[in-house]
Formats: sequence, structure tokens, C-alpha cells
Amino acid sequence: MAANRKRKSALPGFRFTMGFTVLYLSLIVLIPLAGLVVKTAGLTLPQFWDTVTSQRVLASYRVSLLTAFFAALVNVAFGLIVAWVLVRYRFPGKKIVDGLVDIPFALPTAVAGIALTSIYAPNGWIGKLLDPLGIKVAYTPLGITVALIFIGVPFVVRTVQPVLQELENEMEESAALLGAYRWRTFRKVLLPELVPPLITGFALAFARGIGEYGSVVFISGNMPLKTEITPLLIITKLEQYEYSQATAIALVLLLISFALLLVINTLQRWTNRRLRSA
Amino acid sequence: MKVIKSSRLLLVAALAVGVLSACGSNGNNSSNGSASPDGSPSPSSSASSSPSASASEPTKKPESVELLNVSYDPTRELYVAFNKSFADYWKKETGQTVKINQSHGGSGAQSRKVLDGLEADVVTLALAYDIDALAEKGLLKTDWQKSFESNSSPYTSTIVFLVRKGNPKGIKDWNDLIKDGVQVITPNPKTSGGARWNYLAAWGYASKQDGGDEAKTKEFMKKLFNNVPVLDSGARGATTTFVERKIGDVLLAWENEAYLAKKEYGDDFEIVTPSLSILAEPPVAVVDKVVDKKGTREVAEAYLKYLYTPEGQEIAAQNFYRPRLQEVADKYKDQFPQLNLLTIDQDFGGWKEAQQKHFADGGTFDEIYTKGS
Amino acid sequence: MAGAVTTVTTLSNEARPKHLTEPRPVRYLLIAVALLFIGIVVVLPMLTVLLEAFRKGWSAYIEALKDPDAMAALRLTLITALIAVPLNTIFGVAAAWAITKFKFRGKNLLVTLIDLPFAVSPVISGLVYILLFGAQGFFGPWLMDHDMKIVFATPGIVLATMFVTFPFVARELLPLMEAQGVQDEEAAVSLGSKGWRTFFKVTLPNIKWGLLYGIILCNARAMGEFGAVSVVSGHIRGETNTLPLHIEILYNEYQYTSSFAVASLLMLLAIITLVIKGLIEGKLARSRHGQ
Repeated sequence: MAANRKRKSALPGFRFTMGFTVLYLSLIVLIPLAGLVVKTAGLTLPQFWDTVTSQRVLASYRVSLLTAFFAALVNVAFGLIVAWVLVRYRFPGKKIVDGLVDIPFALPTAVAGIALTSIYAPNGWIGKLLDPLGIKVAYTPLGITVALIFIGVPFVVRTVQPVLQELENEMEESAALLGAYRWRTFRKVLLPELVPPLITGFALAFARGIGEYGSVVFISGNMPLKTEITPLLIITKLEQYEYSQATAIALVLLLISFALLLVINTLQRWTNRRLRSA
Repeated sequence: MKVIKSSRLLLVAALAVGVLSACGSNGNNSSNGSASPDGSPSPSSSASSSPSASASEPTKKPESVELLNVSYDPTRELYVAFNKSFADYWKKETGQTVKINQSHGGSGAQSRKVLDGLEADVVTLALAYDIDALAEKGLLKTDWQKSFESNSSPYTSTIVFLVRKGNPKGIKDWNDLIKDGVQVITPNPKTSGGARWNYLAAWGYASKQDGGDEAKTKEFMKKLFNNVPVLDSGARGATTTFVERKIGDVLLAWENEAYLAKKEYGDDFEIVTPSLSILAEPPVAVVDKVVDKKGTREVAEAYLKYLYTPEGQEIAAQNFYRPRLQEVADKYKDQFPQLNLLTIDQDFGGWKEAQQKHFADGGTFDEIYTKGS
Repeated sequence: MAGAVTTVTTLSNEARPKHLTEPRPVRYLLIAVALLFIGIVVVLPMLTVLLEAFRKGWSAYIEALKDPDAMAALRLTLITALIAVPLNTIFGVAAAWAITKFKFRGKNLLVTLIDLPFAVSPVISGLVYILLFGAQGFFGPWLMDHDMKIVFATPGIVLATMFVTFPFVARELLPLMEAQGVQDEEAAVSLGSKGWRTFFKVTLPNIKWGLLYGIILCNARAMGEFGAVSVVSGHIRGETNTLPLHIEILYNEYQYTSSFAVASLLMLLAIITLVIKGLIEGKLARSRHGQ
């Protein structure tokens, strides 16, 4: 991070702020994460491979990825509608709904976890209605998905909202003048603009969902191979003294997160550029 | 440049304040826990002994002391009552105020935390193996089990079935658990001590039934765990799943945990005693390395010894643990039905062997569980 | 990753021209769907918390909050936030200054690294500190020798919280300061203003609302973090339990009402956070229009 080609700035404080940033970043984030890598390096490559591809671990990736994927998908569909309604329509209580969108972000996950569990358990409000139909939510992958939908609500709404707001009326205007129907206008004119933020929102919700622990641990049955998410498996391994296995699985999860982060940042930069040039 | 320098200083100062405050709270913590780190209980080292103390005789003991008891899941209620009783007793005996902190979780998980540096003065875990693991790392001596009477297990328990009211699935014994359509709730043997006792009791039953044919026994266990819909990490989580979330037909539980659930929820549940179960001996131990560092050996040992006194045994029995002391056992004998009990030493060759064979990586549990699903 | 919450939106209330909006039934349908979704997914859990908390009435509710262990948990939660939030704030300002006021190579990498804690599972954030400072960890033996406790004590909880809330302030300031450019500061410096003075007199007034916004979010997460703290706390009641962990313990002890009572306290915090956030958004939007 050397400032090789520092622009000749009249402003002071580069060396100081930069030094502090890098120092603090290293102390709090990089060195601890490096510890993870070093600890995992204690395993030989075949050992590492066996650990991260054992049946139970693979099953946990599947549970984590699939539930996070479907939850993010649900959030894309409903998040788009919520954002659309918030930006374009007038209705009473709009400000409150807009505020509620951020609740999942501000509400501690443990609170969400116990609340969702008591709603969707077989004797809960919604669980009671679904149970006679043979639908079980709590303690199944469906329950995990429900928790992740809750966690992911703000992400799609908050990435789509500003883009929708910035969209110029002119394009829609001309489409309408040309006699295009609303639905066609939406599909041909609006949707292409909304795809990048939707993907970004999806990726954000997805990434958050993969790592989520607090809300999920209450509502998932924690059954190995069936409803055991990867973060929980890391804790389980840790509790069984399997440090190197825990760190190996954690490293895989970390790499997945990092890859997603790169995708998200690229997408966001791209979206921002389009927004600015629009 | 001057600006930068002074600003750098400021920042360093700010950082130092932050670090110091973090360490400060750390210091508080440990000084709460131990009057003096090197174990010399000189009055000057104890945190500002207030002069207003009524008993102002010049004892060498600091005015108050803290203990940390790291225990397993279902002992929460037991130690709430016991700690209060012991604190009163200790105050009366020595004039010293003792505050006992509790930490609960799956037995194996708790043992791991102590290994990782959780400074437990005493551990009261579900099974000897989890304390052996600590001894292996030198936290206490390897023959710790000889330190107190009765294998250092002041109370015993066993594994029973908790079923729903009226026992709708007609569950009477272990072989009813492997029937189709019966859902069995048990925690994960890898992390929970109670679950390991569950597992061994079931194994012992099947092994007797099959005349020692291990392949058949494994088949039995596989069927049993196929009927398990939720595998919680600790005994308390499993009870919650069964009792509060109404999942499953039968909970394999500690006797005390089953009685407690019945006490909390009244008539919604019935306890079924199987024809054969296992004698569970939850052991207790003083963690030498910690008490020597903190200087709390005396009170820690007194704490565990108090478990063996009539008062301690009474509290254990009230919380549905089977007392060791005959007079207390007689008093509560109607509460605890007599049943055939396997023992870990005679039937499974001790914990080391049982752990190795069944619960270590690649043990019988891994075998039946991964293949079974 | 913080992108989702960084956007400052203004809700316009002007009606759209008729030919640019949907037919009335479609509009009503969409509004109904949106309300239903938010209702089921967000409002219902909040109502549950309240109902369960007051199931046994006011006195039981107050009793649950007055419990010494709950009070200790509250104190620890506050201490943690009080250390973690200011440190992360200082970092956020410094990082935003370095990144937005200067040009250097590797800027994108630096920004990605700052974002990293957002993407890391909270469980991993706790795990790494166990690996470093646990008795079996890299620095464990040394810490033991010097009688210092980090994991299973307050410092570990603070560290894990700092890790999890690391990017919040920086993430809020980066876009804001990027947009504001360097002209104001350069002008001030050319007029002879010194470094700190420039910052306090020129930069800070420009970013104060964004900064406050970041601090608020950082604080909400710091007080509510569960996964990371759960790994490094020893779950010693009255000592190393934060409020979220206390909720779990109560929940596991059949004390559902108390557990939801404590949960309602944290929910209140979340609501307050969002109300303040709403107020700040108004200020931010106005200050932007002013520019």
C-alpha cells in the first residue's frame, strides 16, 4: 500500500492517516485472519482436502448455499416490489414502511432468532397454521431460509431504491408515447437498468446469508447432513477440540465470502459509474 | 510537519487509552476472581478492604473471593441452589464472602473452553473423560478422580425416557425407539456428555439383546439415530426442542433433566424407566493450575467437599440427582426407582476406551451416523 | 457490503403522471404485496417479541430486567460498545481521509480489505481470536505467563465486536467524502490553516451527519452482535455475558418471558437507532440539496 505516486497534495496528514489505517486494519483484521491461514497450514494438503470435502462438511455447504440462495432470490422478488412501491406510489404509512425495511439490520440476530422460532415452531402462530398441511418450517431447511429472508430484506430494497429514484422519466415517457404498454415498458426500458442493482442486492443478501449464525442457530434443527449450516459446523468442530478442522472449514467459507465481496464491489462500482453517466 | 507529529502523538495516545481501558477491564476481571494472583492472601493485596466491615478481626483471608464453576448443561438449577447454600456456609465458617460464577454448556464444549483458557476453579462436568482431557494438558493431576470420595462423583444419575402425556406411542423400552414413526430426541454425542451416556445405554441394551454381536448392535444404533430428527449440541437444547417446541415422541434425558421438565410443565409429560440403563457418574474436580494461580484452592476444595455433606446431598436430591449419602438416599428413595444399571468401568472398559471406540473420529458413532443418513 | 444501508433516500410524495404509472388495481396489488411481505417478515417477529415479553404482565417484565445477571449483561454490553465504537470511529475517519483526499496505488484493494469483516461470518471473527489468544493459541502461553486474559473475558469480547463493526464508519464516510472532493480543504490550507484546524473547521462540518450515521449503525451492531461474541465469551453469567448472550441463556432455561423481555430491550435500541437514522437522513438530504 505504498504511496508511490502520491499526488502532490496540499493537504496534510496522508502519512499519518494512512499509517494508522494500515496499522489498525492489520491489528484488528489482517493479523487475526492470517492466524486462521497459519493454523490451517498445519494440515497437509490431502488432510485439508479430506476435511473440507468430507460428507458432513459438503452437506453443510449445500445447506448454507442453497438456503442463502433461495432466501436471496425471494428477497430479489419482494425487495423489488417493496422498493418500487416506496419510490413510485403514495400510500399512508409509507415513511414507517421505509423505516421498517432497516429493522433486520438493526435488530440483534439473537432476538430475530428466538422470535422467528416461536412464530414458526409447530405450536407458534404461523407454525400452527402450516402444521396441519404437513408443512414444517422450524427445524427444517425451510426455517433457515425464513431466517435468512428476514436478514436479507434491507439489502435488495436499499440497492434498488436509489437506482429507481434516479431513473429519468424521459425514457419511459418516449416508450409510452410510442404506444408501448406498461408491462412492455417495464421489461424493455426499466428492467435492464434494474438488473445490476438487483444482482448486487442479491449478492449482498447471499453473502450475508452464508455467514449468518445468530438467527439461524435457534430455528434450524442443527441436524448434521440436513439442517447444519457451515458456521454452526465450525463451532461444532471447535467444541470437539478439532481446531485444525474448524479453521480449514472456516478458510473455505472465508474464501467464498472474499470472492463474493470482490464481485459485489465490482458490480457496485459499475452501477455507480452508470448512475453517474446517466 | 509539527502538526503531523502532534497529531500522531494524539492518536497514539487515543489508541493507548483504548488498549488500556481494555486491559483495565481485564485487570478488574482477574482481580475480582482472585484476591492476589500469586496465591499469597496478604490483606494489602486484596482490593481496598472497606473498614466498615463488621467482622474486623485480622484474618489473613481477603474479604471476598470469587469462584468459577464450569459445569454442563442440566446442572443450572442445582448449582443455583447449591451456590447459595455454600456461600452461607462459607460465610459462617470463615467470615469470607464467596461469589460463585457459573458457566453452562455441553460438557465437551465446556471442557474445550477450559482448555482454551476459561479460568475455571472447579469443573463439574458430565463425564470423567472431559476432565481427563484437561488432565492430559496438565491443568490438573492425572489421578484427579481420587481426590474426592466415590470417584469424585458426589451424585449420580441415569438415563430415562421422557414421553408425552398418555405415552401415545407406547414406548416402554429401548427397542421401542427403533420402530418406524417414532421420533427420538437426543443431543449430539460429540459435544454433549448426556448424549454420550444416552448412546452407551442404548448400545449396552442392544449389545445384551444381540448377545454381543457388534454388527447387529450397530444396526440397532443406526436405526435409532435414523429416528432422530434434531441433534442439539447440549442436553438443555434437546430438552427445549422436545418440551417447548413439541418435536419428537421421546426424549432420552438425564433423570434429573426429565424430572425438572416434568416439574416445569406439570402433567404434559410422563417419565418411562427402561428395563436397563446406565449409571451416570458426573464427576467434579478442582483445576489445580487455576486455583494455584489464583490462590483459591482452599475455598474451591471446600466447595466440592460441601457437595458430599448432608446439606449438599439434600440439595442434589431436591434437584433430582441421586445422592451418595445413605441417609439422604433413604429419605428420597421413592423418588428414584431402582433399575438395572450398566457401569462405564465394568461394561465399557472405562471412559478412555469408550471414548476411543465410540465417539472419537471414525468411532462407531461416526460409522452409524454418516452411513445412516 | 455496507452498500445496502449507505444509501440516503428521500421519499418523494408527488404523484406520477398517469401515463407513467400502472393501472390502479395493479398499484393496489403491488402495495398490498409489499405491505404483506414487510408485515410477515419484519413486523410479525417484532410483535412476537413484545407479546411474549409481556405475557406475564408488567411486573414480571420489570423483574426480568432488574435481575442482577441482566444488569451485568447490560453493563458489559455498554462497556463493549463504549470501547469499540470510538476506536472504530477514529479509524473510520482516518481511513476515509487517507482514501478520499489522496491518490495512491492499491486503493481498491484497501477498500476491499476494509469491507472484509462485513463478508466474514461472525463465527470466524470469534474463532480467529481464540486461535490467537486462547490458551492453545499463538499468544496464549505468553498471555498466561503474564496473567493476562483476553478470550473469555472483556477484552476478547471487545476485540470480536471491533472486528465485526470495523467497516461501518469508514463505509459511511467514503462515498460522502469522495463526493465532496478536496477543494474546501485545499482552500483552507492555502489560506494558512493547519492540519487539525482544517479538519475540525472545514471537513468535520461537512461530514458530521454522515459520521453520526455511521456511528449509530456501528453502535447498533456492536450492542447486538451474537455469533462472534458467543465464541469468545465463556458464558459466565454476570461476568462475560452480553445482552444477546443473556437472551440465549434465559431461553435455554425455560425462562421464555424473561428472555423476550431482554430481547425487547434490544429491539427498543434497534427502533431508536432507526428513528435517529431517519432524522439524520433528513439532515443529510437537506445538506445535499444545499450544495
